[in-house]
This record gives sequence, C-alpha cells and structure tokens, in this order.
Amino acid sequence: MQKNIEELESLSAEDKKRLAITGLEVDSLNRCGSFFQIDQEIVYSSCEYEGIEILTLEGALAKYAWMEQYYWKLVEKDRDEYTRYVADQSHPKGYVVIAKKGSKNILPLQTCLFLAHESIQHVHNIIIAEEGAELHLISGCASSASTEHGAHYGVTEFYVGRNARISTTMIHTWGREIEVYPRSAARVEENGTFLSNYVAMSPVKNVQMYPVAELVGEGAVARFNSVVVALPGSCLDLGSRAILSAKDTSAELISRAITRGGTVIARAHILGEVEDTKGHIECKGLILEDGIIHAIPEIEGWVTGTELSHEAAVGKIAREEIEYLMSRGLDEDEATATIIRGFLDVKIEGLPDMLQKQIDAAIDAAESGF
Amino acid sequence: MLRIEDLHVEIGGKEVLHDINLHIGEGETHVLMGPNGSGKTTLIRTIMGFGDYHVTRGAILYRGRDITNLPIHERARYGIGLMFQRPPTIAGLKLGKMLVATSGNRPEEVAEYAAAMNMAEFLDRDINAGFSGGEIKRSEVLQLMIQQPDFVMLDEPESGVDLENISLIGSAIAKLLEKDRHIVSRHKSGLIITHTGYILDYIETDGGHMLCDGEIRCHGNAREMLQLIKAKGYRECIECKKI
Repeated sequence: MQKNIEELESLSAEDKKRLAITGLEVDSLNRCGSFFQIDQEIVYSSCEYEGIEILTLEGALAKYAWMEQYYWKLVEKDRDEYTRYVADQSHPKGYVVIAKKGSKNILPLQTCLFLAHESIQHVHNIIIAEEGAELHLISGCASSASTEHGAHYGVTEFYVGRNARISTTMIHTWGREIEVYPRSAARVEENGTFLSNYVAMSPVKNVQMYPVAELVGEGAVARFNSVVVALPGSCLDLGSRAILSAKDTSAELISRAITRGGTVIARAHILGEVEDTKGHIECKGLILEDGIIHAIPEIEGWVTGTELSHEAAVGKIAREEIEYLMSRGLDEDEATATIIRGFLDVKIEGLPDMLQKQIDAAIDAAESGF
Repeated sequence: MLRIEDLHVEIGGKEVLHDINLHIGEGETHVLMGPNGSGKTTLIRTIMGFGDYHVTRGAILYRGRDITNLPIHERARYGIGLMFQRPPTIAGLKLGKMLVATSGNRPEEVAEYAAAMNMAEFLDRDINAGFSGGEIKRSEVLQLMIQQPDFVMLDEPESGVDLENISLIGSAIAKLLEKDRHIVSRHKSGLIITHTGYILDYIETDGGHMLCDGEIRCHGNAREMLQLIKAKGYRECIECKKI
C-alpha cells in the first residue's frame, strides 16, 4: 500500500502551495509520519516512529480483529446522509493511527486529504491513543486550485485512553464550490486530554460539523478551538459539544469568527451530567463586512455541582482601538490588520510549539488580506 | 515646536474649547491644569487628531506645518506622542506584538525597554487587559520609549500610580523629554496634564496654563499656579475671566 511520495511531487506548484498552507510538509521533516490520500487513492502511508502505527482503514480492519470495537462506535452510521454514504462504501478509505501504550511523540503525524478530480471524497479515520500515549496530528485538507466542484465526507473517531493525550489540528484550504461534512467524535477516558483545533481562512461553499467529545473518565479534559473567516459565498456551520459524564472532567470550547460577507454559525454545547464538572464556552465574532455571525452557545447542567459558563460577543472593531494604534504611528489599515490578527490569536494550552506556529502561519498566510 | 492659534473645537455639535492660543517652544515642557471637565483631555486629543473632536476654527501648527486636518498616524509619524490616561484594552493583541509593529526597524529595542520599565513579563499579555493603574502607565511610557516622539503629551501620568512606580515613571518621562541634556541641546518638548503635581518632582517645567470652561484663563509658573490651587481651589480661576 505504501507508495512513493513522487505522486505528490507531480502536483502543480499552486497545489503544493495550497497544501503547504494546511501544514503539509512534503519532505516530512519535523513529522513523525505521514498519510496522503488524493481523491480515493492512498498514495503514501508511513511512520518511522516506534510506538505509532499508521495503517489504511481497510488494512487495519484486515490486520486486527479487535478493530471492529472501534469501527462506527462513536459516530452512528445512520446519523445523516453523509455518514450513510461513507458507511455504504464497499472499499472504505481513510486511515487508522494507533499510538501504543506509553508512547510519546511531540512531533506531529501529518495526514493529508486532497481533492483533485473526484466529485466526492470519502474517508473514515480511527485514531487511538492507548494508556499514557501522547499523539499529535495535523490534518491538512485541501482541494486543487483546478477543482471547482466537489465534496468531502469524513468520519473520524478518536479514542483517548487513560492518561493519554491526543491533539488534532485541522487546517482547511478548500475551493469556492467545495462542500465539506466532517463527522467526528471523541471518547476520553480517565485523565485523558483531547484537543481539537480548526482553522479555515479561505473560501469554501459549505462546511458543516459538530464534533462531540464524551468525557467518560474522571479528570478527562477536552478543548476545542476554532479560528475561521467566512468570505462571500461561504457558509461555515461549526460547532463543538462536550459531555461531562464523569467527576472532575472539564471542557473549554473557544471560537473566533470573522465574516467578510459570508455566514458563520458558531454553535457550542456543554452538558454537565455529574457533579464536580466545569465547562466554559467563548464565542467571539467580528463583522468586518456585512455578513452573518450567529453564535449559539448552550450550557446545560443536570446536577448541583456542575459549573458552566459562556461568553459570546459579536460586533465590529472599536474605533477607539484603531485610533489608539494610529496614535503610535500605524495607518488605519495597518491598525485594523493588527487588531484583527490579535483577535484571531488563540494560544492553545498543551499544544506543542511547532503546531502552534503552524496555526499562526496559516492565519498569517490568509488570503483574506490581513 | 507647537503653536495653537484661535482654536475652537466641537464635540457632537457642542463647542467645548473656545479661542485657545498656546505656544510651546523646542526643548520646553508645559503643564496644563484645570478642574475636571474643563477641556484638558479634549485639547490634547484634538492635538493628536482623534475623530470625535472637530476643529471649527483656528489652527494647530507643528514645527511650522499646519497639521489641523492630518490623520492621527501622520501626526504620530511627524513626532507627536500621547500617553493615554485610560487607554483601551485590545483583546488578543499582545503588548509585545504591538510594540514590534510600531517599532519601525528597531524590534530589538523592545526587550531592552520592556526590562527598563519592568514590563518584560507583560509582553505576552493582551494590551491593558487586567493591568493595574501603575502597569497601564508603565505600558504607556514603554510604548512612547519605542515611538520616540519629539513632542510628548502626558494625560495625568501619575493618576492611579503608587509611590514606587511614580519614581520609575517620572524618571522615564524625564528621559523621554531629554531632561538629562543641557537646555541648549534639548530638542524634545512636552505638555503634561496633572492635578496633583507629583510628577513635577521628577520633571522641570517651563510654563503652566490654566484651562477653565474650555478657555485658557492664565499662563504662568506651573509650580506657583499649582500651589495656589492647592491653597484656594479652582474657585478663583473659575471666577477669573482675565487672561
């Protein structure tokens, strides 16, 4: 199944640039492993690091009988037309990553899903961090500059074991007419940590997702961060949900959205089912040009000992802030850009520096003009 | 350095400054006094060029150039700087990033000046978010150290500052104003708003101006004028119509 990376090298210079923005490193330096899928063809899958195994989904199902316990266990096949489409495939595509017990890797494993020609790309990914393992993923999803129409359906199931940690950083560079429907869920056991970061700065027709983290073990933590810009013609319906179902679990759902004429629906839901749980939602939106930002933070508590809070704000940049920076010598455009860049600057606790820098670089490289 | 001629200013259609005339020469530091609401902050914000302040008559000349209608950043680039009394908080924007953005080609000075102002650990914090009174003033002075303005306006530099910080801030401002240089070779000028006059323990000044009801009522020696206010309050100034 492993093929040469040459296939990637045959991509056009522009497509390579689009992949680079998503964090993909074709030479794989600073990466502990790589998985590339172009349309439905897996062109490269390798991991040199001890303790981490990367397989194609079909390969993993054939190799390990126990994989069935992780296959369609967090996401329901019947959830919607997109999950049904993925479930109906006779040859399911996607990858499985297994971080073995106690393995720790600060270098991220990169996965790239590239839409070149086909109308619908489907993947089903399963990520498992066994007890005490630490695994960082960076997923670059992009479409070719020459691909006008298309859709990406992706099911991802994350299993975070006891004292384990998974971070997943997804940077999207889709095209104007592409539709994207990720369906993800995570289960986090005792003292496990799940971090999910999402960055989308370029135009796309539709993205709709609402990943869920179930914190089932005591002390489990989930943090979701998203930083998005909606350009005219884009509709980003993004949410995240955390279910606090064990003592001492906590969740933080943070989103920063900017519209330059597109629509952002920023959903978030935290459910505190048991005592001694904490959750916080922060949805902030900036309307730079007439568009829609609809923040829907929901907090739901079932018992006395759960502490849940949210803050949401949608507005424009205060004139006072722009003038403050202008009084230091920045012109109006520079001042505005500096404030916007600050607005999008989310420092993610527990994320390796390299991935934080990758996120920062993706925001800096935004085509949106700041 | 700065000359204001027959200046009238409106905010929201209401005239708040009337017929202001002021001259501050090169190397000089002046003090602006007056009761709350007399128009002191309005005057320095008008000199900086903020949007809410409309000049309906008169002119502001800086180094002989009419800057009355220039945008804020051009005034800043010509060398005018302002230490804000209550600067805004900018969520997400780190103090260090702002300093680098405004430092021109001298980003290496940021760490050095931040250390001098005890602000090194604030470089990664959002500007002014949760800063104490003294921290806000230290941050403002630090920003001016990076900007290196030739004409420095200070809006109540000592308000909300404890004794330890006032010494640090006062000395730093004195340096910004080149008070360590002989008057002949001093080129920086300043205009300070103060109620208490504590800052004058660190900065020698050249003249004072009393602003009441949007008018400058008198000019004189700043220390002497402050002593009179301390002894008798502003009542006489308010009643006094003589310039």
